[in-house]
Amino acid sequence: MHSRTSDRPEGAQLSESARDGLKIVIVGGFGVGKTTMVRSVSEIRPLSTEETMTQAGVGIDDASQVQDKTTTTVAFDFGRISLDEQMVLYLFGAPGQERFWFLWDRLFMGTLGAVVLVDTNRLSDSWYAIDRLEHHGTPFIVARNNFGEPKHTLEEVRAALDLPADIPIVDCDARERDSSKAVLVALARHLYSLSTSPSTFSSAPSSAAQESTA
Amino acid sequence: MIRGAVDSEDPDRLYTVTGGRSRVDESVFDMVTLIVSESEPSPGMQSEHAKILRMCHRPLAVVEISSYLGLPVSVVKILLCDLLDTGKITARHPQVVRSDRQLPEPEMLKKVLVALQNL
Ligand SMILES: Nc1nc2c(ncn2[C@@H]2O[C@H](COP(=O)(O)OP(=O)(O)OP(=O)(O)O)[C@@H](O)[C@H]2O)c(=O)[nH]1
Ligand SMILES: [Mg+2]
Repeated sequence: MHSRTSDRPEGAQLSESARDGLKIVIVGGFGVGKTTMVRSVSEIRPLSTEETMTQAGVGIDDASQVQDKTTTTVAFDFGRISLDEQMVLYLFGAPGQERFWFLWDRLFMGTLGAVVLVDTNRLSDSWYAIDRLEHHGTPFIVARNNFGEPKHTLEEVRAALDLPADIPIVDCDARERDSSKAVLVALARHLYSLSTSPSTFSSAPSSAAQESTA
Repeated sequence: MIRGAVDSEDPDRLYTVTGGRSRVDESVFDMVTLIVSESEPSPGMQSEHAKILRMCHRPLAVVEISSYLGLPVSVVKILLCDLLDTGKITARHPQVVRSDRQLPEPEMLKKVLVALQNL
């Protein structure tokens, strides 16, 4: 763990021709492997930083709070993958705390999509993330991070999460580069297929059903 | 993991760095806007400005600059506005973005998919 700051970028530098930054977010409960996944696929060591966000105090923690401006500091980590000479994909490990989801829209504006990492021993940790993604209309896939031998089939996990049939669910080991890469490929394939069938996407499958719990 | 100095940030330092400004048109810079220096630091320049110019010889995202400087993204955006206004940097804004429920063009997403498959 380094604590110093440096004004020299470490590791691989981007190509001179890099011009298009893309964003994908990895979400999920505490300790589910978000940072591990960023680390395994990133071409740089994961970096961390913060954003300070101000919003009207419409009760981040408590609905009875005074109607005042509230400043929330959100910490997150991220990594980077150069896709080609122009495109650079940034992967963000989103903070797990539920209260940050109020800031989700602004913090990760323009994000292509999300990976919801789940640990099947703590499935309920991911309900909130899935609910918010559906609420915001952010396309996503679910990846089960296998801490040891899986005890359930993916279809059982799908049923437990009440996940619509058109949302992909895949297995992974977040520590393995190839496995994490396969998760990103699955997300990219899902995004591509959504983009070629606009009606599926604009109708935001199942969000109405989930809205009642929001 | 490289942990920036953000945690222990002294509010006075943030004030000094930004000259007390707190407003910036945030829509100018995205977290993944790529910044490129267009000039060398000049003598007497504010040290954070000079650091940014030195680190952006090659393109670097706003969020990476933030991490290396140990300053919140919003503060870095203010510093970048100064440099952009005076022509000391150029900014390459993201092209492949999703807005509300509108995905980027299929051709772009196909390129992303193929690039990931070929990694
Ligand atoms: N056995 C096993 N351990 C894993 C796997 N993925 C992550 N871990 C471990 O689980 C712990 C938590 O992983 P992190 O990547 O820090 O999880 P995180 O989601 O970033 O955690 P927070 O940011 O605190 O919410 C670490 O000790 C990892 O080494 C996995 O696939 N298998
Ligand atoms: Mg983490």
